[in-house]
Amino acid sequence: MTSIASETRYLKAQPRPLVRATGGFVGVAIILWFFADIEITTQDPWTEVGRMAIGAITPDFFNTDELFTAIVNTIAFAILGVALGNFWGFFLALIFHYRAVRVFCAFIRSVHELFWALIFLQVFGLSALTGILALAIPYAGIIAKVYSEILEEADTSPLKVIPREASSISVFMFARMPDAWVHFKTYSLYRLECGLRSSAVLGFVGLPTLGFHLETAFAEGVYSEASALLIIFYIIIATIRKWIHAKLVPFYILLALLVIPWGLSDISMTNVVRFFTNDIIPHPIRVAETINGATLTAFWAWLAKLFADQALPGIIATVILTQIALVGAGALTLVFFPLISPKFFGLFGRTAGHIFLVVARSTPEYILALIFLLLWGPSMLPAIVALALHNGAIIGHLMGRFTEDMRLRPDSSKGINLYAYDVVPRMYRQFLAFLFYRWEVIMRETAILGILGIATLGFYVDSAFADLRYDRALVLIFITACLNLGIDVLSRTIRSKLRLQTRTEIA
Amino acid sequence: MGRPLLSLEKATVRYNGTAVLSDISLSIEQGEKIALVGQSGAGKSTLLQQLYDRSNSDVALVPQELGLVRNLSVFHNIFMGRLHRNSSWYNILNLIKPLAREVENVKPILASLGLEDKLFAPVQELSGGQQQRTAVGRAIYKGSPVFFGDEPVSAVDEYQSHDVLKAIAESHETVILSMHDVQLDLTYSDRVIGLKQGIKVMDQPTAGMTPRDLNDLYRE
Repeated sequence: MTSIASETRYLKAQPRPLVRATGGFVGVAIILWFFADIEITTQDPWTEVGRMAIGAITPDFFNTDELFTAIVNTIAFAILGVALGNFWGFFLALIFHYRAVRVFCAFIRSVHELFWALIFLQVFGLSALTGILALAIPYAGIIAKVYSEILEEADTSPLKVIPREASSISVFMFARMPDAWVHFKTYSLYRLECGLRSSAVLGFVGLPTLGFHLETAFAEGVYSEASALLIIFYIIIATIRKWIHAKLVPFYILLALLVIPWGLSDISMTNVVRFFTNDIIPHPIRVAETINGATLTAFWAWLAKLFADQALPGIIATVILTQIALVGAGALTLVFFPLISPKFFGLFGRTAGHIFLVVARSTPEYILALIFLLLWGPSMLPAIVALALHNGAIIGHLMGRFTEDMRLRPDSSKGINLYAYDVVPRMYRQFLAFLFYRWEVIMRETAILGILGIATLGFYVDSAFADLRYDRALVLIFITACLNLGIDVLSRTIRSKLRLQTRTEIA
Repeated sequence: MGRPLLSLEKATVRYNGTAVLSDISLSIEQGEKIALVGQSGAGKSTLLQQLYDRSNSDVALVPQELGLVRNLSVFHNIFMGRLHRNSSWYNILNLIKPLAREVENVKPILASLGLEDKLFAPVQELSGGQQQRTAVGRAIYKGSPVFFGDEPVSAVDEYQSHDVLKAIAESHETVILSMHDVQLDLTYSDRVIGLKQGIKVMDQPTAGMTPRDLNDLYRE
């Protein structure tokens, strides 16, 4: 009986878990596609494409003064933000076994840098502190998690042989740190790359980094200037390993402290106090004389209205956009990774592939979305394409590298057969693991793209700030953070169900 | 003989229900040089671990996996044997910049192990035998009167094995070694404890024994 059952089991093809998961996500994305607002609203998108293309090939490097300051500021904010985030993150990693610390870190990293910037803009005004804290706080939360995982995975065999009376500091420094240190350095470098991108984007809310000048350049249609700014930005990111060196880090931090524009505006203590004691208190409670039943009823009504009118439509749009962009990123990964894989292209082809992927992954999603928005007008389409392109390039790069170590039999097939029968099946588990890691990142970014006018949660947050309704803004940011935390938990559950594991270093 | 240092009374250890050590009773006295003999999987490592867990802290240990910190130099790995003798600040200072005094302390040990030219080499760049000698160096530097070693010279060549084992014997009063080389077992011990499938089947003085006497232990 049983032998017949086991023989017949494989006669009918059963979709395996990874295939089923893929099918599920693609199916959901297709259904959501019908509810998504995707249309090209500009009259003549192609003229603008032409002008951009001309700008891209005629970069104008001669606006040197502004260009130089913007680049220096971008690097300075990134270095100080990442350094401070590293400092706090390291200490938080040491006490990460406390549940309260884990929850705290999960929360601060689920709020996007730009939201932090919008909050601190109200508190400290347009000051250097605003930019540094906006980067350092979410990064501290991310770094704490990654470092604690690194410390957990570090080789523990030296602990056994160390003299038992040695102080715990000595044991930590000699037996745990040396192994973890190497990973800390690698991860910090990756964080700095993220920091440079985030720092550039901070310009879009008014800080004097690259984004500030890019926004002006794009708004005025001076694409030659925009392309010059972007080209320099790519070169900085591509050469990061050449100019950053562990021993030079203190020097860079000092330099950054010296050049960063501290005196943008004075920090007013009255502002700080008013923000925390007045501005962010929900309106019905703020105007009430005493807290009584009526005040609470008014507060609940206020909250319910905010949720129904803004949070709910924001959540729906954010989820729709995220799910479509996630599947898009996966699809593009499968197209992009062969471009840099020695299994498919020669050196010449791969170099072109590398350049394309570096550009696509070094351009922040926000800037990509802005470019597509100029071309196609406001809808979900620019955001979907920007997120799919950026994340597809990041995972495509990692997967391309993954195929380098893949050993094929000498007589394996070539081209499309090799791709479909050998390479993709072997990398699929790793690929899904990376993609699920990016899920939460994509959602966080989706919310933020609302600032560009796409009706995700960020749109409502930005409008609340613009209307000086900080109480609403904070509630909406809190809801956004909870949504991100939810996706994080969901992604972790799916990953462990499908047994998808990968190094934490790209999280 | 000296006074008893350690003893086991009917010790039994199980992993997932299977006994890897059954009913082992033994007593080890100060000054003994003991060889633990038996096939792979006979329970030598487990016995050594049991003895180590019951010992007071003054035992220098070289486990089979060595316990080296791969990213640190030979010097720092050996210095780790004495972390308990200095303040944390002194240790951290020496981690960042090797102190001349400590380097001078470590050098003679390297010389006795034939590692002079590897002082500041990262451990991960060393061969298996060099790594084992580094782990032995750390144990010797600890300066304990008791040494426990689980296959400490399995990857060291025969000629150097003698130097390493001599260095261990000279710097420790009591030594317990688990080794696969029967000749070395007999040369560097005065008592042989034989294990077979977790049971103690031999416990006698080395004097007068020949390699042939140990053959039974390696037979199925």
